[in-house]
Amino acid sequence: MLFGIEWDTSSDLAFAISILPILLRGLIVTVQATALGFVIAIVLGLILALLRMVPLKIVSWPTAIFLEFVRDTPLLVQLFFLYFVLPEYGIVLPAFLTGAIALGLQYSGYTAEVYRAGIEAIPRGQWEASIALNMPAWLLFRDVIIPQAFPRIVPALGNYLVSMLKDTAILSAVTVLEMLHVGRIIGDRTFRYFIPLTMVGGLYLVLTLLSSLAVRFTENKLPKDGIPLR
Amino acid sequence: MEQLLNLLPPLLEGTWVTIQLALASTVLGGILSFAAGIGKLSRNFFVRAISVAYIEIFRGTSLLVQMFWLFFALPLMGISLSPVLAGILALSLNIGAYGAEVVRGAINSVTQGQYEAAVALNFSKRYTLWHVILPQALVEMMPPFGNLVVQNLKDTALVSLITLADLTFRAQNLRNLTLDSVPIYSLTLVIYFVLALIFMSGMRWLERVIAFRVGVAQGRARA
Repeated sequence: MLFGIEWDTSSDLAFAISILPILLRGLIVTVQATALGFVIAIVLGLILALLRMVPLKIVSWPTAIFLEFVRDTPLLVQLFFLYFVLPEYGIVLPAFLTGAIALGLQYSGYTAEVYRAGIEAIPRGQWEASIALNMPAWLLFRDVIIPQAFPRIVPALGNYLVSMLKDTAILSAVTVLEMLHVGRIIGDRTFRYFIPLTMVGGLYLVLTLLSSLAVRFTENKLPKDGIPLR
Repeated sequence: MEQLLNLLPPLLEGTWVTIQLALASTVLGGILSFAAGIGKLSRNFFVRAISVAYIEIFRGTSLLVQMFWLFFALPLMGISLSPVLAGILALSLNIGAYGAEVVRGAINSVTQGQYEAAVALNFSKRYTLWHVILPQALVEMMPPFGNLVVQNLKDTALVSLITLADLTFRAQNLRNLTLDSVPIYSLTLVIYFVLALIFMSGMRWLERVIAFRVGVAQGRARA
């Protein structure tokens, strides 16, 4: 029994049907962790990407090193780091929140790179033209750079969303009751790992297929040449 | 400082396991990438179907789920894998599926004229693939392969969850023993970072060597 739902071990099919609602509880946590982690990743990534572009070396260099470090070290170890080290400094967070922060942190390394590439892909002439027109920097970003960079950035961010969805399974290592952890617990208690773990794999497949479709759909909806000005 | 020195030997032992795992799964994953990437472009329906199914299943699910499945679920079907075997298999199957898309993309990026020229010269299909298409595609593949190698190195940390004594596993053990989270995990992260930098420069070197070799081969063909 888990979450107050009993399983039926009389036959394989009955077992599979009876544990489906339990796994779906885990699936909700998986989706929640992805959503929160992704919000952290796009906001933190943007901040880091902007800091990386600051023309002061004291700011841009440490940011660049930090980004490289976050990108090149395993999510699992970063997760353990946050999970065990933060409480030592008096920051006690629930496992779910720590997990979402770890996901957001690792992926901010990737999203920062996406923002940078998206902005650098804007032709030089656009920057030069705005200087020639004596455009203030905020207007340049609001009306020239961001509208054109947006359609390039969104699909790449979408791919990372799908990738993050799969990485949420790692949160099971710090007791977050997401889908894989729920599947493991069912296996541990019934000594039947095959059915729950296969179902978890299948549910992940459905989730990634649906989210990839959603990403492709948004990608096709975006105006290729940039968002038209009002 | 002394404390750090005491932590180092067990962590380095784990590092050696991590390096071996990363190398083994990279090589095996590389072979799978080519098999599935070329298989996806095959004319034979069954070869294509198997390649597509493999790529979609392993790209569409979590590596950790795959690892747990191989480690916990397979024994119930009578196939028992040791942690090392389950770990290497899961890592290489996973990275192989990503690599297959790289191989397919690189092969597709070779211009049509190359195929036409090979037909005009009456090269066999196999000869065209191995001597005309793949050498050119290989140069294209190397940068994304470099990213995958680092990705794979990071993914090896997951084997600690199926009881394999890699770097992360050692770090966990040390923490349970000493409760010194800060130095242990900081050191572990730094070791992973250094490993990643070494693997990256290794891949860049390989990239240059391959570009040079392919360039030389083309020069000889022209002469």
